[in-house]
Amino acid sequence: MVTSVTTLGRSGLSDWLIQRVTAIIIAAYTIFMVGYLVANPDLTYVQWVQLNQNNWMRIFTLFTALSIAAHAWIGLWSVLTDYITVRLMGPKAVPLRIVLELGMIVLILAYVVWAIDILWGI
Amino acid sequence: MRKERPVNLDIGTIRFPLPAIVSILHRISGVMLFFVAGLLLWVLDASLSSSQGFADVKACLAHPVTQVVLWGSLAALGYHLVAGIRHLIMDIGIGESWKGGVMGARLVFVVSVILIVLAGVWVW
Ligand code: HEM
Repeated sequence: MVTSVTTLGRSGLSDWLIQRVTAIIIAAYTIFMVGYLVANPDLTYVQWVQLNQNNWMRIFTLFTALSIAAHAWIGLWSVLTDYITVRLMGPKAVPLRIVLELGMIVLILAYVVWAIDILWGI
Repeated sequence: MRKERPVNLDIGTIRFPLPAIVSILHRISGVMLFFVAGLLLWVLDASLSSSQGFADVKACLAHPVTQVVLWGSLAALGYHLVAGIRHLIMDIGIGESWKGGVMGARLVFVVSVILIVLAGVWVW
């Protein structure tokens, strides 16, 4: 089996599955949030805080943030390994891809930490 | 490991029929969403920080530049969502023929154009 250190699930099959499960979680959150905001055009600060202070909502948001992290990791990894290749760009592709992958990972981890900080700082 | 590993798909040489356009737009919207997610976190942070922050976000959303950015973000999200759902439907084995693929691709375009227009109506 082919494994790679920079993939998330370490194999194509588990990446494929994670990509689908996370897609469904993010889709559910998106539909919920858009529905909520459309239904509450005159949303007040108090209502908004109450919604996000609810522990179920915190968990939902946290799971969505983690899902986006995993989904984006796998998704962007695929994109980078498709285009930043030696065949398309020559030997400099390898260090470039590694730098981009590391940058991507740092940003993803920063998002997760930031999300936790927001949710438990309300 | 051999340096010249075999390649099963030379993506530099491919034509673009409709399902391919759906696919590449899904990819582009996915990359955009990665950055949109950062913007949304920022909005979430500011809007929950204080009632002043909430008011600031509301005021900011009234600005035309913000509105264009927001609409673009919603467009990317709507499109990625619709094309992503099509992906999931095809994964469970529906519409995998060439005809099914083209029809699904048309549906994705129609549904996302409708959603993107609605998003515009919502923003403005
Ligand atoms: C902030 C949210 C999201 C981000 C940052 C994101 C990002 C990405 C990226 C970068 C890819 C890789 C594209 C490619 O390889 O061509 C991808 C793939 C995918 N996305 Fe998303 N996405 C998000 C939300 C969603 C949602 C809501 C769905 C709902 C259905 C979804 C469904 C999919 C599917 C099914 C794939 C796999 C495509 C494949 O295997 O080729 N994504 N996403």
